[in-house]
Amino acid sequence: MNLLKISTSNLKDKPLTSFLSILLMALGIAIISLLLLAGKQIEEKFTRNVAGIDMVIGAKGSPLQLILSSIYQIDAPTGNIPMEEATRLTRSPLVKSVIPLSMGDNYQGYRIVGTNPKYLEHFQAEFEQGKVFENAMEIVAGAKVAKNLGLKVGDSFASQHGYDQEGHAHDAKKFKVVGILKNTNSVLDQMMVTPLESVWAVHDEEHHEEEAGKGANALKLLEEDNNAGANMPVDEGKEITSMLVKFRNPAMGMMMARSINLNSTLQTATPAIEINRLFALMGFGIDALKLIALVIIIVSGLSVFVSLYNSLKERKYEMALMLSMGASRTRLFFLLLLEGLIISVLGFVIGIILSRLGLWIMSENIEQNFHYDFNVLSLLKEEFWLFLGALFIGLLAASIPSLGIYNINISKTLADE
Amino acid sequence: MIATQNLTFAYATDKQFAFPDFSCADRETMLILGKSGKGKTTFLHLMALLLKPTGGKIQINNQEISQLSVSSAADFRAKNVGIIYQKPHFVHALSVIDNLLLSNYLAGKNQAKDKAQHLAESLGFAEHLSKKTTQLSQGEQQRVSIARALMNNPSVILADEPTSSLDDDNCMKVIDLLKKQTQEIGASLVVVTHDQRLKDVVEKRIAL
Repeated sequence: MNLLKISTSNLKDKPLTSFLSILLMALGIAIISLLLLAGKQIEEKFTRNVAGIDMVIGAKGSPLQLILSSIYQIDAPTGNIPMEEATRLTRSPLVKSVIPLSMGDNYQGYRIVGTNPKYLEHFQAEFEQGKVFENAMEIVAGAKVAKNLGLKVGDSFASQHGYDQEGHAHDAKKFKVVGILKNTNSVLDQMMVTPLESVWAVHDEEHHEEEAGKGANALKLLEEDNNAGANMPVDEGKEITSMLVKFRNPAMGMMMARSINLNSTLQTATPAIEINRLFALMGFGIDALKLIALVIIIVSGLSVFVSLYNSLKERKYEMALMLSMGASRTRLFFLLLLEGLIISVLGFVIGIILSRLGLWIMSENIEQNFHYDFNVLSLLKEEFWLFLGALFIGLLAASIPSLGIYNINISKTLADE
Repeated sequence: MIATQNLTFAYATDKQFAFPDFSCADRETMLILGKSGKGKTTFLHLMALLLKPTGGKIQINNQEISQLSVSSAADFRAKNVGIIYQKPHFVHALSVIDNLLLSNYLAGKNQAKDKAQHLAESLGFAEHLSKKTTQLSQGEQQRVSIARALMNNPSVILADEPTSSLDDDNCMKVIDLLKKQTQEIGASLVVVTHDQRLKDVVEKRIAL
């Protein structure tokens, strides 16, 4: 027998009322915590993938789309650009390095991106198995892809055109897996990387041209490319999707970006700017949801308030009885406060579990559709504040009706009933 | 033992009470008879220190208690006085045994499960210990409230109309149990009632 036992018994005695209060608290906490978690993870993913890339050059269109497709691999590309022009434009001492990307195919929904080994270096990728591609039609698979599709070194497969599994299969040319990457916690985990020549070969095949043999050329040239961007390979008429650019001095780079946008058929996009724009757009929705969650938590506080207020009226005699049995008013005040506290703590714990469950379901869903994954289990610093907030609301809601304890006239209450 | 002298109380200037003196030794039973409105419950609440008298003296175990502060009165009451109310009231959410242990807990004493078990057996509700109090009949509930009043081995048991809502059979049973139990722990028993059935079973009585 102690205060905790009395208050839990009181809560159990009114299961529906307690359930409602706890549920409301849990829902509010779950929504806020889910928003915090998802926001944090998205932001983390977005910033990790963008690190080190100052500018993207691609076909004219939406700059946000260009960033999403080239850096995050989640939107369709804006179109193709001539490799020659992109190379010429980036031939400048301001440019530290360039990475060409060519997209257009997938295997089982995972994007196949033509590029060069510098792309792997950019992510500081390490090999779980095998080695980097050297020739056309050799391919390196990201950790998640390899795991989900069960790929290993030596496997071969035909890619499909487009970005989903329903695309037309390029049966004539088969890719051969030469390497499997370790987890990098970046977009690289969800994609497959091959030399640019493979993408050209697969698609030239459609035009009955034999180009695959030339595969190693571009690579060789790239390897000599120590002067960073100055000696990009120039393949007449070859097209790529976009080019990732690193500047020596990003501030000066902006001038170059402006001149490309004005004077060429290409466009440039700055990842940092576009991502900020995206977050600002999402921010409205997130703020609105947070407000709704806050309202739910306050309603939960109201529900605690009303149920305690009503039960105190019903339990007035009980309280007078306990006072006559030697309980002090302060002790009974804490007894009632404890009921609010238990609801807050239970609501918080259930809310946190719900949010993790929600994130896990979301993450499964997103991984299936976008090949993007979330890390589910981390506890956030903000959730500690959320906990204090929940306690505060529970205690506040409980304390107002509980103050009624100090107004009970013991003798009168005991005599009246 | 318990004794009072010249005890007076006023709810308002036109509603004043003056109570007769009496004293009740250990193991004795005192019946205070009176009709409604004569201040029976007021008298009992004064003895229980639930009300503070406007004049006069009360002694329990030869200790003067009428001038105790609110908090020491509460402490004194919890340790030395057991009260049985007209209608049995309990902490609704707790089981019978927990309601008994509650009086130990609130008085700051060790929670005596053995004692609760023993009382339940001698008062005949041992099989109901883990039930909620609302599942018990009126007579059973009254016996539980007797047990609760005895839990802290008080020096004085005060009972307010303990039998008025019971039929003749239960009435006699309850008063017998009360007398027997208070004698067992050596306490004084003061019963305040208008129930004329009790006149014949209690030797000492005064009228209001």
